[in-house]
Amino acid sequence: MTLGTGTEEAIIVEIVFWVIALCTIVSAIAVVQVRDLFRASLFLIVTFLGIAGMFILLRAEFLAGVQLMIYVGAISVLIIFAILMTRDIEDGNPSHGFRLPVAIVSLVFMGIAIYTVSQTEWPLLASQSLSPEQISQSKAVFENTIPDTAQMLLRDYVLAFEAVSVLLLASVLGALALVREK
Amino acid sequence: MTLERFLIIGAILFSIGIYGALSKKSAIAVLMSLEIMFNGISLSAVALSRYTVPYALSSGVDSASKFLLTGHIFAIFIVTIAAAEVALGLAIIIAIYRSRRNILVTEATEMRK
Repeated sequence: MTLGTGTEEAIIVEIVFWVIALCTIVSAIAVVQVRDLFRASLFLIVTFLGIAGMFILLRAEFLAGVQLMIYVGAISVLIIFAILMTRDIEDGNPSHGFRLPVAIVSLVFMGIAIYTVSQTEWPLLASQSLSPEQISQSKAVFENTIPDTAQMLLRDYVLAFEAVSVLLLASVLGALALVREK
Repeated sequence: MTLERFLIIGAILFSIGIYGALSKKSAIAVLMSLEIMFNGISLSAVALSRYTVPYALSSGVDSASKFLLTGHIFAIFIVTIAAAEVALGLAIIIAIYRSRRNILVTEATEMRK
């Protein structure tokens, strides 16, 4: 399917980006504001889906698939399962007394982070003086990220990869030991 | 502007996560806020790897173009550790619920006494 000339494509990408950004942030606010804990978990799924869309816009299609399978598929189901098992829905989603100071702290953190991000001189790919073959290599990397991701994961970071698999095993055993009936 | 807007959205998500994690009473709500924080961080990592030049590439190391994907590796490890954290956290929440019949983080203060 063609979307017309280049400028139209850019406009469509912009519109998609802002729609996804709005959905993500509004549903993230809803997660911490909605009274019903079960509805909050459904808004959490919308946030995860928005992040997956962002990954697709950033040319990280593999990560978008990982996000869908692990966050939307597994973690949200686990959370909903735990909400139903603990029958905490009637109590709602209350906050304790420190609500206003916590809101101020998080707003101050957000201001500092946004100021830092906008003041930093990032070494952008577009502005750096790379050689032509480096530029073509970079474009090839983002054309298909899966081979290079596999090479990084299973060659350069293989020790961390194995350590994380041991961590997952330990957490599964720990979860089983915690919930086992005495 | 293209990099900054992704980083700003990551920062906003992280701040919402801080607010939820510190102000909620229910342990499951705290866990969900932590997930929002993880997502903000991995979004920032992927955006940085999409738009910035890694040091190895600008200093001219051979076959350094794969280091453009360092942020993706970070995001994969964040997802894995978040999965482990959720599995353990929910197991702890269910164990607390069994002994106390509620999961309020303000009530579980045995270790303080």
